[in-house]
Amino acid sequence: MQTWNYLEYAAWGVSALLGLYMVIDWLKVDSTYSEEVLTSSREGELEAMTEQHKL
Amino acid sequence: MASSDITSKGSDDATPHGAKVGLLRVLGPAHIWALGVGIVLVGEYMGWNFSVGKGGAFAALIACWFAGILYTCVAMIDSEVTSTVAAAGGQYTQAKHIVGPLMAFNVGLYLVFAYTMLEAANAITAGYLISVVAGMMGHVGDLDQRPFIVLVIMFLAWLNYRGVLATLTFNLVITSIAFVAILVLFLSTSGVLGGGIMQHAALFEGHELPYGWIGVLAAMHFGLWYYLGIEGTTQAAEEVRSPARALPFGTLAGIMTLLIAATLTWYICSGILPWEFLGDGVDGAVAPLFSAAQLSGSMALVWFLGFGTLFATLASANGCINDASRAWFAMGRDKYLPFWFGAVHPKFRTPYRSIIFLVPIAMIFALGAPLDQVITFSILSGLLEYTFMPLNIIQFRRKWPLNSIKRGYEHPFHPLPAIVLLCLCGITFFAVFLGYGTQLVAMIGFYIVVSLWFHFWRYRFVNRGTQFTMPWPKPHGY
Repeated sequence: MQTWNYLEYAAWGVSALLGLYMVIDWLKVDSTYSEEVLTSSREGELEAMTEQHKL
Repeated sequence: MASSDITSKGSDDATPHGAKVGLLRVLGPAHIWALGVGIVLVGEYMGWNFSVGKGGAFAALIACWFAGILYTCVAMIDSEVTSTVAAAGGQYTQAKHIVGPLMAFNVGLYLVFAYTMLEAANAITAGYLISVVAGMMGHVGDLDQRPFIVLVIMFLAWLNYRGVLATLTFNLVITSIAFVAILVLFLSTSGVLGGGIMQHAALFEGHELPYGWIGVLAAMHFGLWYYLGIEGTTQAAEEVRSPARALPFGTLAGIMTLLIAATLTWYICSGILPWEFLGDGVDGAVAPLFSAAQLSGSMALVWFLGFGTLFATLASANGCINDASRAWFAMGRDKYLPFWFGAVHPKFRTPYRSIIFLVPIAMIFALGAPLDQVITFSILSGLLEYTFMPLNIIQFRRKWPLNSIKRGYEHPFHPLPAIVLLCLCGITFFAVFLGYGTQLVAMIGFYIVVSLWFHFWRYRFVNRGTQFTMPWPKPHGY
């Protein structure tokens, strides 16, 4: 059945597009923002602001 | 996706959200449920039935309930610790705060391997299911499964890349459909709605325990399959609106859902399918719930359970990408791995580099490794992780007793769940050793080698001063 052969090609094509989207966006983000900003997340920062951990 | 600033303290214009970019706190208890149950439910649709092959239908039921006790302990312990150590990385972060860096490094790797291997296994399964659908729709010849395997991984990675709210809302919808499909199959075949087709007495007669009690022990290996992955709820700790409420609620509701789903699955399948067929997951019942639906004679049920199987597979792979990337990201942020992986996307607020990095690894295993080896690698990593949990909770309670810090949930009967969990892990290690002894030894050898690498080389790069972030008092006795 030819439909499924077309679907195979479509699956390859959509996969390539999704992969391309992620790679292009990744490169764009990396070149737009400084490394300092991108890696500025710190564990527990919000926790320290909102939770007192005192009974 | 919400665009309000959540993590920044100032109003710097360096990013749309200020100077600091962190993961987005947008999830509720339902998303936690969807993450935990979503990863696991595929185990009800396929895989658990190998336990029937190991020891018969009754052995599978005993394994189902003993594994249920094991995972109830896991869920209770996880709920207490994670609602207190509410950060991405889940058990890795717990180990870092409570046990020490070497344990944390190992646990982080268990998590990444367990979830990435499970993702690969799910993608292989999805490819197979699509080829079955092609066959049912009249396709002649072998369908090339590779493009569909790749599509599953790429689509779910893309979804995860774009944001956690959409990712886990998608999981909530497809997991709910897959769970409802099991309920509908039970109601339709058990006699509650219309005529029942169950024949437990006839099918069990003379086959109660075909391999005796050693068969029951061997069945424990695949008994894990009913619940493997529920501990993944902890990875969302940094993205829930209220960790103290949502994490225990979502995780405990998840294990209750799975206990119901697992028992119903066993009841349906063992009452319709002969144990010899049910226990052969390769040439017999590859997807036993689907096979049971086929025997019901209802075309609507066949399609419903067909979609249920596919949705459960996709939900599992989706949750695995979410969890593996959070564990990898958390390790990068603490410099247990290159700091580069600790980046967060300024718009989508996801650990985008970790998500992208793990895509080719999942792809290599999905396209190049046999399914049973991939699954075994995943189970063994999970089992090592469960063995760490009782040690973790005992230390946690000892260092920070109940009245010393605020907990979102306090699990009852401590230390009984920890002791039960440790004993059940020991039994399951023996069960795995019976079937996959070589892989077990090879895997432990692998973790010893990477531990040496971490101790003698990598640890010098770790952010030692900043890795303990919880505003807790000094541990008891220090």
